[in-house]
Amino acid sequence: MNVTRGFTGRPRVLNAGLPPGQYDAGDDWPVLSAEVTPDLPPGQWTFRVDGLVEEPRTWNWDEAHALPGSVYEGDIHCVTSWSKFGVRFGGVSLDAFLGVVKPHGSATHAVAYSHTGYTTNLPLADLTGGRAWIAWEYDGQPLAAEHGGPARLLVPHLYFWKSAKWIAGLRILDHDEPGFWEQNGYHERGNPWEEQRYSGD
Amino acid sequence: MTETFTPPTRFAVPGRIAVSNRTATLWQSATITEIRRETPHAATVRLAVPAWAGHLPGQHLMLRLTAEDGYAAQRHYSIASAPDDSGHIELTLDHVEGGEVSGWFHTVARPGDRIEVRGPLSGFFAWPGDRPALLIGAGSGVVPLMSMVRHHRARGLDVPLRLLVSARSPRELIYAREYGAETTPVFTRSAPEGVPVGRVSAAHVAPLLAEQPPGGWEAYVCGSNGFAEHASRLLVEAGQPVDRIRIERFG
Repeated sequence: MNVTRGFTGRPRVLNAGLPPGQYDAGDDWPVLSAEVTPDLPPGQWTFRVDGLVEEPRTWNWDEAHALPGSVYEGDIHCVTSWSKFGVRFGGVSLDAFLGVVKPHGSATHAVAYSHTGYTTNLPLADLTGGRAWIAWEYDGQPLAAEHGGPARLLVPHLYFWKSAKWIAGLRILDHDEPGFWEQNGYHERGNPWEEQRYSGD
Repeated sequence: MTETFTPPTRFAVPGRIAVSNRTATLWQSATITEIRRETPHAATVRLAVPAWAGHLPGQHLMLRLTAEDGYAAQRHYSIASAPDDSGHIELTLDHVEGGEVSGWFHTVARPGDRIEVRGPLSGFFAWPGDRPALLIGAGSGVVPLMSMVRHHRARGLDVPLRLLVSARSPRELIYAREYGAETTPVFTRSAPEGVPVGRVSAAHVAPLLAEQPPGGWEAYVCGSNGFAEHASRLLVEAGQPVDRIRIERFG
């Protein structure tokens, strides 16, 4: 341990929900997208799941909203080291979409991509079992464009760059292919509890 | 992981810039050699990092401070200095109210203190000096852009480069004495006599896009989210292609 002379840091808070190296951002919700926020009205939003699936399919706004609603209440963690507690997102569980397209038994990974062209890769196991959503509401309100509205992917148990804003689709694969930040040195999986920030962590 | 997926959508994410990710995982020791005040709220910290692998202008690093009880705080900071072989790098830090890391740098740190860094990180916002660059920053958002300006100058590059930098007042303008003909400062609260006060506007951006170099500008925007949204919208409205706008937002 390399102690920094005179550094005490903020008061210690015993918070079992805070992953290593993270701090509580409180009411702040920093925006960190690397691209221009797109002007994407709900009427033009679509979400497609294809690749290694039995029935590739594209949903529009109304079709996606016809699926059973689901809510995530919990915490989110950004690789830049802020965490935000007690957030509430509304949308549809990804299981509902995957149940329709039926991934093949050989499927292991997915690349999520945005209407902006942003990409991020995820193991399929991180997208199933009630741990991932397509979210269009935050705190009961429509999700703001700068936070990924009209709809974003939400995978709250991984660092938040995996929760692609302006989600356009998932390509289901039988291997891993790095997405945008992953090609720029970020970790393939991004588990905050194991502090998987950068490739090799 | 060798294949890369190309999404069928294409609104606009600028392509990546190839950089080495080799050094990203290693924490290394850095020694403060100098701290100099830039403005009432910002100071530049010079660090000796003997094993620094070099960086491209626009890249950032992660920095870690550790308390005696083992508590550690880590933050991302843009690199202010141009790449060189001095074994030193410079960061310019705002004093964030209540900030545990920036507070330490502004009130406790002195030459000789040792901290830890890892990096350089991420190639997305890097500028290798290969394309004409249109830089727009506000406040300490000018820091990674200044690395580009300094690189441009140090290497005597003839590729066009312009900087629009927004500050509250001349006193708050970081690196004020270093700017040359490539830079247009914009003041939002108070300005020298004869200089208008106001935000960066279409009137600032339009002439730069009108004098576009062959192949067009690669635009780099850095600042708060509010500023980044405003500036990137101005660029799009002035005709800059969305896939040639790179944005680094604070947070």
